[in-house]
Amino acid sequence: MPKCADAPPELAALDLECFRGDRLLFSGLNFRLRPGQLMQIEGANGSGKTSLLRILSGLSRPSEGEVHWRGRDILSQRSVYFSEMAYLGHSLGIKPELSAVENLRVALALAGVSFESADLYRALGAAGLDGSEDIPARSLSAGQKQRIAFARLLACSAILWVLDEPFTALDVTGIARLRGSLENHLDQGGMAVLTSHQAVHVRGDVVKLALTGMI
Amino acid sequence: MDAFYALLKRDLLLAFRHRGELANPLLFFMMVVTLYPLGVSPEVELLRRIAPGVIWIAALLAALFSLENLFRSDFEDGALEQMLLSAYPLSLLVLAKVLAHWLVSGLPMLLLAPLLGLLLSMPEKAIYALELTLGLGTPLLSLIGAIGVALTVGLRRGGILLTLLVLPLYIPVLIFATNAVTAASAGMPVSGQIYFLAALLVLALTLAPVAIAAALRISMS
Repeated sequence: MPKCADAPPELAALDLECFRGDRLLFSGLNFRLRPGQLMQIEGANGSGKTSLLRILSGLSRPSEGEVHWRGRDILSQRSVYFSEMAYLGHSLGIKPELSAVENLRVALALAGVSFESADLYRALGAAGLDGSEDIPARSLSAGQKQRIAFARLLACSAILWVLDEPFTALDVTGIARLRGSLENHLDQGGMAVLTSHQAVHVRGDVVKLALTGMI
Repeated sequence: MDAFYALLKRDLLLAFRHRGELANPLLFFMMVVTLYPLGVSPEVELLRRIAPGVIWIAALLAALFSLENLFRSDFEDGALEQMLLSAYPLSLLVLAKVLAHWLVSGLPMLLLAPLLGLLLSMPEKAIYALELTLGLGTPLLSLIGAIGVALTVGLRRGGILLTLLVLPLYIPVLIFATNAVTAASAGMPVSGQIYFLAALLVLALTLAPVAIAAALRISMS
């Protein structure tokens, strides 16, 4: 059996099938994602975009098929996969009672990243939260909360980013920053999977995947 | 271990910023016990006889009610998803959460119990046994209860189901603990019951985190 660290980073979906209740969302879904590639998932509401991302992140299991990372099933190597993958879902995992710095500190500790306090402020600055680092997240706007989650992406060393609607609450400069970070991430050999309703053009090797929503 | 401490610190900080809610289980515990002399009888002999059961039942119910929200807010704001996706073993992280919960709900009950024991005119030896059984028993209640909470966290009205799931598992703890306290007030040795509770606690400490982690993965998928 090859050791996982030897295999190049590659995300592969093998014959994925997903049901929600009795409804088939997709089946026989196959793709490969290599370093430097971004996959944009498109589809109408309820076509299974979030379900697919949850399967790719390892949160839920597909009814058929497997997701492979570095050539092995992600469910058999959770700790390796989770240390190289960052997931940003609809709910951001931000505690309203804690400040941006406190939130980020716990998130990075959970991700297994070693960091200093200065790193936290640098990441929050890069995400555009200068000056509001120590305010409880309760009094921040939705877009600012999204920027805390976005700072987590920047500060952790994940190779694969799985982003569910990352642009929704962001303003124009926020979108530009995130797009810049995405392009940067891809240039450094990272990968990303994202869903988005806004037409945001990211420079680089972009693959599109359309979910039709079967009946 | 960094993640364990970070999570423990976060939960204690969150509890500290919600000090009002913190007092709820403790208040419940105190009220139930203090109402007994008023409602049943102020007679010393009777109170002394029912005291172990009264205090333990109140502690058990207070633990059960306070547990309901163990994973609730994490589930709602997505922090639970991030825990599931952590690079560290989930069982270690849930142990940090249960420990934080016990520190803010079980430990205060442990500190309050001797006073309530005096109120119900328990003899000194029985109070000592009460403290020992609560010290071993309340972490046990937290660990067992957390399995049930993890199984029902995705359900909107999981409260009744949680009670049904967890209460049967609480009964052995209750029986051994109250038996120990009653025996102590009669001047009999209690090491047997204490050892049994200690063995249950060791068992729960090793197995419950794994069960809680597995239950959370099922609830979240």
